[in-house]
Amino acid sequence: MSAPGRYGQFGGQFLPETLMPAVAELEAAFEAARADEAFQQELDRLLHEWVGRPTPLTDSSRLARLVGLRRVMLKREDLTHTGAHKINSAIGQALLARRMGKQRIVAETGAGQHGVASAAACALLGLECVVYMGTEDMRRQEPNVFRMRLLGAEVRAVEAGSRTLKDAVNEAIRDWVTNVRTTYYLLGSAIGPHPYPAMVREFQSIIGRESRAQWLERVGTLPSVVVACVGGGSNAIGMFSAFLEDPGVRLRGVEAGGLGVESGKHAASIVGGRIGVLHGTRSYVLQDEHGQIRETHSVSAGLDYPGVGPEHAFLHETGRVEYVSRTDAEALEAFGVLSRTEGIIPALEPAHAIADLAHIRLRYGADTDVLVCLSGRGDKDLETVMRAREAM
Amino acid sequence: MSVAVSGALRLERAFARARTERRLAVAVYLTVGYPDRASTGSLLRAALDGGADVLELGVPFSDPLADGTTVQRASEAALRNGVTLADCLSEAAAVVRDRDAPVLFMGYTNPFMRYGFERFATDGAHAGTAGVIVPDMPAEESSELESALGPAGLLRIDLYAPTTPDERLAKLLPNAHGFVYCVSLTGVTGARRALASDVAEFVGRVRRHTALPIVVGFGISSPEHVAALRGTADGVAVGSAAIDVVTSARPERRAAELREFVASLAVAGRP
Ligand SMILES: Cc1ncc(COP(=O)(O)O)c(C=O)c1O
Repeated sequence: MSAPGRYGQFGGQFLPETLMPAVAELEAAFEAARADEAFQQELDRLLHEWVGRPTPLTDSSRLARLVGLRRVMLKREDLTHTGAHKINSAIGQALLARRMGKQRIVAETGAGQHGVASAAACALLGLECVVYMGTEDMRRQEPNVFRMRLLGAEVRAVEAGSRTLKDAVNEAIRDWVTNVRTTYYLLGSAIGPHPYPAMVREFQSIIGRESRAQWLERVGTLPSVVVACVGGGSNAIGMFSAFLEDPGVRLRGVEAGGLGVESGKHAASIVGGRIGVLHGTRSYVLQDEHGQIRETHSVSAGLDYPGVGPEHAFLHETGRVEYVSRTDAEALEAFGVLSRTEGIIPALEPAHAIADLAHIRLRYGADTDVLVCLSGRGDKDLETVMRAREAM
Repeated sequence: MSVAVSGALRLERAFARARTERRLAVAVYLTVGYPDRASTGSLLRAALDGGADVLELGVPFSDPLADGTTVQRASEAALRNGVTLADCLSEAAAVVRDRDAPVLFMGYTNPFMRYGFERFATDGAHAGTAGVIVPDMPAEESSELESALGPAGLLRIDLYAPTTPDERLAKLLPNAHGFVYCVSLTGVTGARRALASDVAEFVGRVRRHTALPIVVGFGISSPEHVAALRGTADGVAVGSAAIDVVTSARPERRAAELREFVASLAVAGRP
């Protein structure tokens, strides 16, 4: 990183002036909290008692045999409270908001997982919670809309643009600009202006720390490949952060290939995008030749975003992480495969990472040990998968 | 065609004229290509006929996160009409040529970046425009754009907000040029019923750090608002309220009603 908030040419704070003092205040508060033992202890306690950490590493031998790999282990973020890794960052940020004296939280959500996690964290800490969600996503992820409301959050429908995650982020930022003095913006991925990418990475890095220690203890060496799905990139950066300094460990990020990158209907920002500025950060962005942000497509609402965290852009540029994309069809197939071989129904997002295992086998051979970040469980996706199967 | 007078000089003269006449300068923002491509030229001219001193040409963007619903909808419509930054440059060139007007672009970082900052600076100077206002590019992120605009003689106008602390004003304002744009309220663009109660205090804080003309924008919607800013600001910027006038007028009355609205603002800014 060349300067705070910069990852090479990526990152930064492309924000309205109104928010510049707020991100400075946030950065200072985050640094102070990070150095504060009492804050860390409270976070550790909640991660343990309420989130259910540490999550297990599951040796998935039937899956490994099916895809022809020596060993596949799943990091079970699907077993966390509320069912996805999003809770790690939501509880961390909600604690930070409370420490900063902000009583009102705004969040955006795509799949609804971050919205549910934020709503739950706010309920726990007694904070007011407003979640912005595109109407297209509200339709796709209806049970999560109900969950958020049950948890006491107000869900505000976003009708603008493509009515998905990017539009929900716009609306959350507009709310934040308007209510910045009282409101904390609880951003759900490793995207957005500094310090969000660094802060979300920090709160998600527990995934990688636990996984690395668990793998070492069980196997005695390190995995040869670590794979995670990449929407905005929070579960992936949380997982990768522990292995960046292990040169023998290959890292793979799997983006949403939708109907295929050639088709133009996808959400693979690194594989199919160009450098630009979206939501306060400079990174890879899906855009047309005039710099307008393109509508994306993915069967998984949580990956349906036209940008990606700036650190991923940097890790792509340096070559430390290899980014690939897997299609809707591949993810849907992997969804069924994991369910039948291991008795685990994954969310459609990490199903993209499962789908990559066959390609890892082709690329690196059968003698490969792979660690997969299973970022969430599939309950929210049952209807989507049922419909997709009917259509097939 | 080469333009004898630079856009930046036109801008400076416009503020000087308003100051001499002891009135507020009026800047009018219109989204290029809204409600349709054909009417942009006549709407810009109608704003000038009504007494606008400065034109802000809104460059449509798919994700205008500093804008309220009026500009969002105008921007969406303009994009449906296929409007690009190149179209904005040609509208600007035409109105500079015909009316010798000071013209600024207001738009988000990504379309300028994609067009290429240097190419934009060259084309913007050639069109005789004065510069840009980029609401998602704070001073900290502006060095690339600045180094492209500088040699072409174009200005980057900074925005300041009521949340901007004094130390930050003191650090940034010495580098400001053209004029200083004060965001009247903590929020996004869009017409409002009332002026924010702390505008005068905020403009006063800014004034301590600069001798440049101060324009107040965001939420300025009526002659009453303009009149209330006399003695506080040097100018006003009106966008959403002007677009609302265009939206609610019958198609054949759009230009006339916009002209009358701008005239009512201009009158309210006079002694
Ligand atoms: C289970 C799951 N995995 C992954 C993602 C993608 O987000 P990220 O790339 O930030 O991990 C989401 C987003 O909603 C999700 O719900």
